[in-house]
Amino acid sequence: MLHYVLKRIGGAILVLVVVALIAFVLFRFVGDPINQMVGQDVSVADRERLRQMLGLDDSIVVQLARFLWNALHFDFGVSYQFKEKVTTLVAARFPATFELSLAASIFAIVVGIPVGAYTGIRPKALMSRAFMALSLIGVSLPTFLIGILLIYVFAVRLQWLPSYGRGETVQIGFWRTGFLTKSGLAALVMPSITLGLFQLTLIARLVRAEMLEVMRADFIRFARARGLSERAVNFRHALKNTLVPVVTIIGLQIGSIVAFSIITETVFQWPGMGLLFITSVQNADIPVMAAYLMMVAIIFVTINLTVDLLYLAIDPRIRLGSAQA
Amino acid sequence: MSEPLLEVDRLGVEFVTRHGDLRALDGVSFSMAQGEILGLVGESGAGKSLTGRAIIGLIDQPGRICGGTITFEGRRIDNLRSADLRKLRGKRIGTIFQDPLTSLDPLQRIGDQLVETIRAHLPLNAAQAREKAIALLGEVGLPAAADRMRAWPHEFSGGMRQRVVIALALACDPSLLIADEPTTALDVSVQAQIIALLRRLARAHNASVLLVTHDMGVIAEAADRVAVMYAGRVVEIGPVADVIARPWHPYSRGLMGSIPSLREEVDRLTQIPGAMPRIGARPEGCAYAPRCPKAEPRCRMAAPPMIEAGPRAAACIVEPAP
Repeated sequence: MLHYVLKRIGGAILVLVVVALIAFVLFRFVGDPINQMVGQDVSVADRERLRQMLGLDDSIVVQLARFLWNALHFDFGVSYQFKEKVTTLVAARFPATFELSLAASIFAIVVGIPVGAYTGIRPKALMSRAFMALSLIGVSLPTFLIGILLIYVFAVRLQWLPSYGRGETVQIGFWRTGFLTKSGLAALVMPSITLGLFQLTLIARLVRAEMLEVMRADFIRFARARGLSERAVNFRHALKNTLVPVVTIIGLQIGSIVAFSIITETVFQWPGMGLLFITSVQNADIPVMAAYLMMVAIIFVTINLTVDLLYLAIDPRIRLGSAQA
Repeated sequence: MSEPLLEVDRLGVEFVTRHGDLRALDGVSFSMAQGEILGLVGESGAGKSLTGRAIIGLIDQPGRICGGTITFEGRRIDNLRSADLRKLRGKRIGTIFQDPLTSLDPLQRIGDQLVETIRAHLPLNAAQAREKAIALLGEVGLPAAADRMRAWPHEFSGGMRQRVVIALALACDPSLLIADEPTTALDVSVQAQIIALLRRLARAHNASVLLVTHDMGVIAEAADRVAVMYAGRVVEIGPVADVIARPWHPYSRGLMGSIPSLREEVDRLTQIPGAMPRIGARPEGCAYAPRCPKAEPRCRMAAPPMIEAGPRAAACIVEPAP
């Protein structure tokens, strides 16, 4: 078991190093950041001085070593456009994205699993058919369209919810939270629905497919023959047996929720990392882009690691398999 | 003989499909006495497993009971509401399925599955149910039963798992045990142990067993009486020794002739020409007539009735009672 855990952690570290390398290589081709930072009337000598200050004239190997060493300390340098430390910038934006992603994930899981279980248990019920039809829309409509539709209906027409921003926030230490105020929570509703809707339909459809599969299994038939209640058969035996693939997908999807909150943040002008990333792309702000990429990689790797460890908790057969390995 | 424990009378089961209703069981009748072991034998598709499932009301969709009655412990159970039927399953009627490897929930400890079943039917608290579960595991021959409670199904071999399945089936002292091919998925060396265990426990708990199998060897070893099924009907029923020694129905004779014997040396086993008609393609009259060496034109006119002769009965109008 320890072997299994160590192997996963080793894999996670390897992935992060590779991502750092890719980030470094990739951003060498983005274009000359000096051109973005200074106006056309700046002299060549001034440009060279700036280049030296930023260390952009060193050899590639030196730059790479410096990048890796600094990345290890969560130091990604100074943003070219904001002239501020990237770490400070990201740290300031991170709570907004985190809270949005958390709300979206909870929405997707809390609604998606019960809906999937219901449609799996009663595939022919009217409600199930209605949901399956609706879920097609959820899967096929692009995120920005859902966001704009929601804004039109609930912000413009009904005026129930704010159309942009985080509302009032409360500062707790380094963390700026929107969970504690009424306007903060209200501002969270539409962005999290927009961000979580795709994942919700995905989770629901996956749980449904797995349930249909498991309901045919012998041990379900045997559980019925033992005279257990429908409730026990459906939830204690069937739903639990669908969880391994479902947890995998949920894990991956939470990763993509964080990574692809960019669109939702743009639609709702949500002051998170996604919005920061968009502006830094427009300005070839390489330190910010690199930091964002590393951030997303860390989140993905952490979630995957958690998922691998969750397997151990759910399925005893994996515990045995790793002990033998 | 006192009142039978189980009486199946002209049971019919059909599957509703787009191409019309297919009759899978067609007038299956037999009865079982308290404590008796009845073997139900036949080839694949004859309807033996389906008969067992119909009794506990667990026919796969889109199948349904379309005729006849099932009387258990003096009460009709074929028309019970599903909630009432559920109280019967596991409590009065225990079931053992073919594949012990897939019958247990892989994500639940052995002990939890036992306790869960016991508490679903009996008014015991957790500690009492646990005690009973340990006793059951000991009874089915698992050594160190108390330690095994925390084991996972995958940690057990097929034979051990089937013992656990038997413990689950017997958990609430049922009066009827339906054993659907209980040894088919097991190693030959383990088969005999499981059959002996089943027989011993059925006697000890005074439970009747409906032993569904395609293996005449298992029937010969374990059953008191045997019912031979062919194409959705019972074609012969009687005491095991009689049916094996002097089969009455031509199909039974063909079945017995295809069993290798240790006593006599035979070059080739006899085989029955042709195949059992598929469901939905069964002929008028006796379903066996197309393959039967003794068939006469009148066999094809109407389904032959069961003709009784003492403890035996067969659905053949040509062969005289042996």
